[in-house]
Amino acid sequence: MARFGMAIDTVLCVGCMDCVVACKTENGLPEGLCRDWIVTEATGEFPDTNLEIRSERCNHCDRPPCVHCCPTRASHVEDRGHLVQITKELCIGCKACLASCPYDARYVHPDGYADKCTFCMHRLDQGLPPACTAVCPARCMHFGDLDDPHGDVSRLLAARRHHALQPEAGTGPRIFFLT
Amino acid sequence: MTEFTNTRANHLVDPFLQVWGWEIPVYLFLGGLVAGMMVIAGGAMFADRQRRAGSVLTLLPGLGLVLLSLGMGALFLDLEHKPFVWRLYTTFQPASPMSWGAWILIAVVPALLGALLLNVPAFLRRRFPALTALSEALCAQAAVVRAIAAANLVLGGLLGIYTGILLSALGARPLWNSAALGPLFLTSGLSSAAALAHLATRDRSESEQLARADQRFLQAELALIALFLIGLLTATQVHIRAATLLLGGPFTAVFWVGVVGLGIALPLFLQSLAAGQRIRPTPVGPLLVLAGSLLLRFVIVHAGQLSRWGPV
Repeated sequence: MARFGMAIDTVLCVGCMDCVVACKTENGLPEGLCRDWIVTEATGEFPDTNLEIRSERCNHCDRPPCVHCCPTRASHVEDRGHLVQITKELCIGCKACLASCPYDARYVHPDGYADKCTFCMHRLDQGLPPACTAVCPARCMHFGDLDDPHGDVSRLLAARRHHALQPEAGTGPRIFFLT
Repeated sequence: MTEFTNTRANHLVDPFLQVWGWEIPVYLFLGGLVAGMMVIAGGAMFADRQRRAGSVLTLLPGLGLVLLSLGMGALFLDLEHKPFVWRLYTTFQPASPMSWGAWILIAVVPALLGALLLNVPAFLRRRFPALTALSEALCAQAAVVRAIAAANLVLGGLLGIYTGILLSALGARPLWNSAALGPLFLTSGLSSAAALAHLATRDRSESEQLARADQRFLQAELALIALFLIGLLTATQVHIRAATLLLGGPFTAVFWVGVVGLGIALPLFLQSLAAGQRIRPTPVGPLLVLAGSLLLRFVIVHAGQLSRWGPV
């Protein structure tokens, strides 16, 4: 069974926000809310400085706290790709999953249920990559099976330095940033 | 130097999490208060003190049902997808404290009703005369009384601890990552229940007993607050940063002056003076305990939402 994840090349990413617009368009997101976003992190002291631009979203964690705390199993792990998904008809809007996510990746949809990145599950079903990955003009986003040693993502992770966000939180994030 | 910019501006999430407003602190306070009332009433049932004529403890189960309903009402108001609330009761998720809580809240109702039937208030007896016979039949069965007392003690304890574990199980908010939070909320619930009963009683000796019990609960609460802070300060950098919300950060004044000073230390001082008969018994102490207990929930819920693992 696949275990989908992403490798995002921060050296190539220019923060153009095409991924954000593609996600909003593809998924018909309400105004003012987003499932992915751009973070710019500048570190160091002149002249030894570094700038990292990241396209961030739900990390579809291996040990997802949002799934564990959900009282109705609305948040669950799909067999397909081990993706964390939400069944909106089961969600009561208690917001425990929002409070449990160290990445603040979720929000409350105006219809009342918790919402977040699905890795465009409906596109995966058609053999297409997530919208954000498909539109990236810098080709900095790579989507694939982390358990496939010959896949794009696994080869990039084997060859390049990379990091995940807040691995110390213990959730096992599956989005990696190549540096 | 580290500088972050983030294009995300999701409602209730950015610039910092504020998913829970007044409803959850009020629910946690009322849940803790009812839990304390159940433990105190259950203990009194075992000691066979609750049937003493005029005892305020006979009123606790009925009052508990009313306060529990108000608390559940606050919880319902907080839900964003209200028509689907019944989904809570179509499943049990053992890893979810909220699922445990939903079922505990259901189990608590028959325990409170049982306790109410052991001591049916006079106005209910007048309206429903059949309740008198039912109550007497139940009271004649020592095993039934013991079972209802045990149910109140156990379920009251679970309800009180769960209100703290509900928060401490959310690992993404470092301020809540403390095993002390469950016992702290239970103890706070016990002290507020003792304070409420103390306010309501007209019996002098019962009043003194409740004041003494409240003093012990308040002392335990102070010790648990110390453990809670020591636990955070001796943990990781994110936990130390979370503790500073209460130690120099934006919640310092309201926590130390409101919760610890006016809500615990001053009532302890006033009640020790009253116990030594150096001042007349006053309702100020119990009222402050109740206000401090409510404020504790507000501070912990709101400060906890400000704490996070990632960049501040």
